Amino acid sequence: MAQVFPKWMNFLPIPLALGAAGSAVFAAGLIWYYGSPEYTDVGYRPKQPVAFSHRLHAGELGMDCRYCHASVELSHEANIPPTQTCMNCHHMIGTENEKLQPIRDSFESGDPIEWIRVHMLPEYAYFDHSVHLRAGVGCASCHGNVAEMDIVEQKQPLSMGWCLDCHRNPDQHLRDLTQTKVTDMSWVPPDNQNDLAKRLIQDKQLNPPEDCSACHR
Amino acid sequence: MNTAESNISPSAPVDAPLITGNQSFSSVTRRISEIVEVELKKTPKAWYIAFSITSSLAGMMTLMIGWLLWEGTGIWGLNNPVGWGWAIVNFVFWVGIGHAGTLISAILFLFRQRWRTSINRFAEAMTIFAVICAGIFPGIHVGRAWVAYYMFPIPNQMDMWPNFRSPLLWDVFAVGTYFTVSCLFWYVGLIPDLATLRDRAVNKVRKAILALFSLGWRGSNRQWRHYEKAYLILAGIATPLVLSVHSVVSMDFAVGVVPGWHTTIFPPYFVAGAIFSGFAMVMTLAIIARKVYSLEDFITMHHLENMNKIILVTGTMVGYAYACEFFIAWYGANTYERAIFINRAVGPYAWAYWTMVTCNVIVPQLFWFRRWRRNIVWMFIASILVNVGMWFERFVITVTSLSQDFMPSSWDYYTPTIFDIGIFIGSFGVFLTLFLLFLRFLPMIAMSEVKGILPEADPHYYKAQEIKDKQVIGTEGEQVQLS
Repeated sequence: MAQVFPKWMNFLPIPLALGAAGSAVFAAGLIWYYGSPEYTDVGYRPKQPVAFSHRLHAGELGMDCRYCHASVELSHEANIPPTQTCMNCHHMIGTENEKLQPIRDSFESGDPIEWIRVHMLPEYAYFDHSVHLRAGVGCASCHGNVAEMDIVEQKQPLSMGWCLDCHRNPDQHLRDLTQTKVTDMSWVPPDNQNDLAKRLIQDKQLNPPEDCSACHR
Repeated sequence: MNTAESNISPSAPVDAPLITGNQSFSSVTRRISEIVEVELKKTPKAWYIAFSITSSLAGMMTLMIGWLLWEGTGIWGLNNPVGWGWAIVNFVFWVGIGHAGTLISAILFLFRQRWRTSINRFAEAMTIFAVICAGIFPGIHVGRAWVAYYMFPIPNQMDMWPNFRSPLLWDVFAVGTYFTVSCLFWYVGLIPDLATLRDRAVNKVRKAILALFSLGWRGSNRQWRHYEKAYLILAGIATPLVLSVHSVVSMDFAVGVVPGWHTTIFPPYFVAGAIFSGFAMVMTLAIIARKVYSLEDFITMHHLENMNKIILVTGTMVGYAYACEFFIAWYGANTYERAIFINRAVGPYAWAYWTMVTCNVIVPQLFWFRRWRRNIVWMFIASILVNVGMWFERFVITVTSLSQDFMPSSWDYYTPTIFDIGIFIGSFGVFLTLFLLFLRFLPMIAMSEVKGILPEADPHYYKAQEIKDKQVIGTEGEQVQLS
């Protein structure tokens, strides 16, 4: 009985098996890296209809976040301010500034400015700003140092795993609100952060939920 | 050596031969190989007709599943208390059927049951196809099939991990392992036969394909030694799986606190039921295949009778389990348990319950009688009734307990929709399509194993032959001296 395949084919199985295993690992690696929100979402920086600079307002001028995003401590939502809020100042400041033309137009016509949302959570994830602020999680923990951004961009992946990381171990993000503001962008954890966090968790009886229905209601 | 003479009686079979028709090695090869070596154009018309019917049913199921994914599980008859309907019933039904293959190939192999060789190949094939059908249902029952991967422990950006305390997860592993091991076992068993087909192949492409899958098998002594060790090890691995898989499936129910599910008898009861239904399915298919392909010499009445004995044993075990459940419901004095069992027997689903009892407990009892065990028509009918009964068993367990749960205000009667029924019938389409392809392209009887139980395979066969010849030629009473 003649051989069906030539002898050199005996060398094929091992390279083929290694190749298949290697490709599988490579494919998993590609999905791992390029498919994660860390790659797909972090750095999202859409061009807004108005050249509004957080660096100027929150950074140089030192305005508190809550002047514009006023509902953040009361509601699950941190509101986008209405044009009226802009005009509180800008009816006197920069009245001739061309960059502010869309604001004035919007104010006159009554049509709101169509800001583009940067931080998007899926509809099936429930998130409440107020409860996080009360617990002492600062704005910068999730949004990054907005006071240094001309155009706001997404700094964190906002993935479920990222949420859970903090819910499981919130120590490094809890502030003592009697000592510091929740909106303080330059806050760094003090040296005794671990003890501080332990005390805060005890005092406020913080118990970050990890069950499905906490966020998927 | 004279003292040993009384023991000389050559190791020729004492029982009736397992393979009839005076088969030799070459006739076995010829007989089995020729079935799959028919040219494509000469495939029997009946095969094409059967194939077009079954594949249409499979296609229908695919369309219905497409609609299910689009529209959601609301197209099924699921209602508020009955959240587990036909999909789960069908899953358990198919997994159960998938138990005969491994039992025949692994457990009967370890017990050296030589008669298994005629039926093990297509029982194993049937197992694999049944498990494929079973696998469809949990996948579509989750509703959002595109996140079915949540069932597997894959690291992900959601930090989600399966709940290892959940029997539903055990299911994934039990059935997954079972499928993998069954495939391996089946394939390893096929290798020598694929090599036989390769050596007989005329067409170059066919030869190359078969050569690829026979992994360079040349049938040398050394290869056989490795092979038989590998087969034994696989049989050893597969044996606990026969018992574990359906035990785990039964825990889907038994771990829940629903009356009628929460019983410790479930694992052995389910395993017995699984073997029962699996053998019935092997029987149904074997009777048809042996008739259509004229394999009466290979699957003899002896094989069928043995299978009927197993059906009788397991059927009686299942009947015992039914009785035991009722006894414990009474003896345990739990009001809810009692209510649910009384309800099974006389409640809204009594018709299903008594169908189950009739088919599973009463029908096999006729197999106590040799005449019925050897009656082809009856065993064919019985094998089908058994599977009807076993489907109803899963229906009774799943639906009766749920439809009258702890809150009487939500009690409701479960009615299947056209989609429940269509997908179930379609799964038979998938199963039979795969089986027809198997019959057409792969040797349905393990040639190498059948050869192993022929008298010719006995190392002393030629001596037995000599004795026979001498007895014929020599004078009566002549002593034969063996050195």
